[in-house]
Amino acid sequence: MEGAGEVAEALGVEITGLRFRRGPRVIFDGLSCRFPAGRISVVLGGSGSGKSTLLRLIATLERPEAGEIRVGGELALSLGSAEALRRYRRGVGMMFQGGALLNSVSVFDNVALPLREHTELGEAEIRAQVHRIFEAVDLEGVDELLPGQLSGGMTKRAALARALVLRPRLLLCDEPFSGLDPATLRRVEALLLGVNERFGATLILTSHHVESTLRIASHVVVLAEGRAVEGAPGEVRASAQPEVREFFADVAEAAP
Amino acid sequence: MTAAAHVARLGGRGIAFVNELGRLAAFAAQVAAALATPPPRVRRCLDEIHDVGVLSLSVIGVSGLAVGMVLGLQGYNTLVRFGAEESLGTVVGLSLIRELGPVLSALLVTGRAASAAAAEIASMVVTEQLDGLRMMSIDPVHYVIAPKVLAFVISMPLLSSLFTVLGLAGGYLVGVLFLGVDGGGYVSSVQGSIDVYEDVVPSLVKSLIFGLLVAMIAAFRGFHAEPHSAGVAAATTSTVVVASVTTLIVDYFLTALMGV
Amino acid sequence: MVEPRARDLWVGLFLLIGCGAIAFLSVSVGGSTYRGPRGLELFVTFDQVGGLKPRAPVVIGGVKVGQVKSIGLDEELRARVGIDVDGNLRLSTDTSASILTAGVLGDQYIELTPGGEEATLGPGDEIEFKQDAFVLERLIGRLVQSLGNEDGKGKEEEE
Repeated sequence: MEGAGEVAEALGVEITGLRFRRGPRVIFDGLSCRFPAGRISVVLGGSGSGKSTLLRLIATLERPEAGEIRVGGELALSLGSAEALRRYRRGVGMMFQGGALLNSVSVFDNVALPLREHTELGEAEIRAQVHRIFEAVDLEGVDELLPGQLSGGMTKRAALARALVLRPRLLLCDEPFSGLDPATLRRVEALLLGVNERFGATLILTSHHVESTLRIASHVVVLAEGRAVEGAPGEVRASAQPEVREFFADVAEAAP
Repeated sequence: MTAAAHVARLGGRGIAFVNELGRLAAFAAQVAAALATPPPRVRRCLDEIHDVGVLSLSVIGVSGLAVGMVLGLQGYNTLVRFGAEESLGTVVGLSLIRELGPVLSALLVTGRAASAAAAEIASMVVTEQLDGLRMMSIDPVHYVIAPKVLAFVISMPLLSSLFTVLGLAGGYLVGVLFLGVDGGGYVSSVQGSIDVYEDVVPSLVKSLIFGLLVAMIAAFRGFHAEPHSAGVAAATTSTVVVASVTTLIVDYFLTALMGV
Repeated sequence: MVEPRARDLWVGLFLLIGCGAIAFLSVSVGGSTYRGPRGLELFVTFDQVGGLKPRAPVVIGGVKVGQVKSIGLDEELRARVGIDVDGNLRLSTDTSASILTAGVLGDQYIELTPGGEEATLGPGDEIEFKQDAFVLERLIGRLVQSLGNEDGKGKEEEE
């Protein structure tokens, strides 16, 4: 069960006319963009621009007021029945910003949880699969540790492992590079590239780290003023749109 | 503000309160539904019983003994004036089993276990652990909340009974060993005054209900905490306050209902 | 972190001693030897029960042996009292039941006085011999009346 093309068919995501409000604040007002299947896409934007919210909407953790989110051609929005929702979420892996691993449970049990819940596999097979994933994300000797005992980089990799264990066709990563030192950052970049190649899943990341993302992404979406500017990294970087220029200028200023 | 504005504000608060109660009831229904849905999370339940019951043992034990000793002392001081110190067992026994056992242990458990539970749930909300569960198609209510509530309901009567037993021991310690009340008299007056159906059963029912209420309040506050660190603290303190006051008020109604 | 095995041990221990406490309170402390299968249910019909209440004690020679279970009216509108007593008691069929007051103004209770017959009362039997409750108001009423009579006689003599 190894190797590239493990995933039957990667999913593309298409967003049209998305409207979403958090309290009195309008986050998206008619947002449209797309994320090509099987590729690594990054969502860039300043704080509060709605990057995480967009990811959560695609993950169906939030519901928009209006608009369409199509994943693999199907309307993610219209997932009325609990069963359809379950099926959808099993095909989507999500890596949360802080890892979001269950604190009171060992790392092994955390990563094994999706397998235990959704498959009929025996303990031995589960053990084998979890260790294979650990290998894929370059994590070892962490089985018995609690999430609180992991370093920042290890936490990210464990979270990634959990997101991958059911071989999702779409992988959503919220700020995978946040809080990492440059060396670990490079490792995580390489890891994500490897995941995309090896499992063929579509990756959508959010990030502040412009440099990292421009290195690994083949599609970039910049969120500004509730709307999106998208394209290949080079295109977006050179874009003449004022919000985009402003964003990159701010980033350049903040860079050490 | 004008008087009318004040009254309007009061009305607004009243409506908000009723709203809150409604949401709590809806949440309780969710928990009940989760408990009825397979698979049964036995492992989770046992872990929660550890967190609620086992970790509360020392608090309950020490407090039960202390309260019993105080009852023994105060009871003696009052009874000796009427020459009725032989009835000390009755005073200690009845106070403990009917009121002090269930109510005090509920308050102690609220302070220790319920606040911890609310804090844990709230921090799981803040760190997106509950969202993580949802993305794995695991219902957070089923995985996290329901086992906790069940653990409270199971542990509370047990803790209350332990409190009572230790209280009786404390009363014996002070009354018989320190103040010279007749040991056999103490024991037989305890036995004579406590009846299984009239006292023990209502006391267990009370602590079951307290356990349920306290657990639901902690779970509700934790689950709906504001998703930032101040929200965790707010959830914790409001749990302790609301659960304590609710326990005392409900105790009145239960006592009246099951009353003499 | 406590190893899962050790944790389970503590949980088991907790459940054990908790249930043990409940059992202790129910059986040895609250032990009802009156109610249910271990008790003996008897009935007495009084003309007057006074202030007798359910759960009032039933005593023999000052020792509590049971309690009043129910107070109601029978078909002839007389007061029928049901009592639960210790199932181990052997009460002769000529046992009598009296309603007494603890102190002058205290609560009322039932005192059983055993008789000499060999046959004993069984479950649901009637106690034949009884003494009604003492009602303070009646005594005062009679006292006032008799005082009034004396006065009356005194006045007659004067006149």
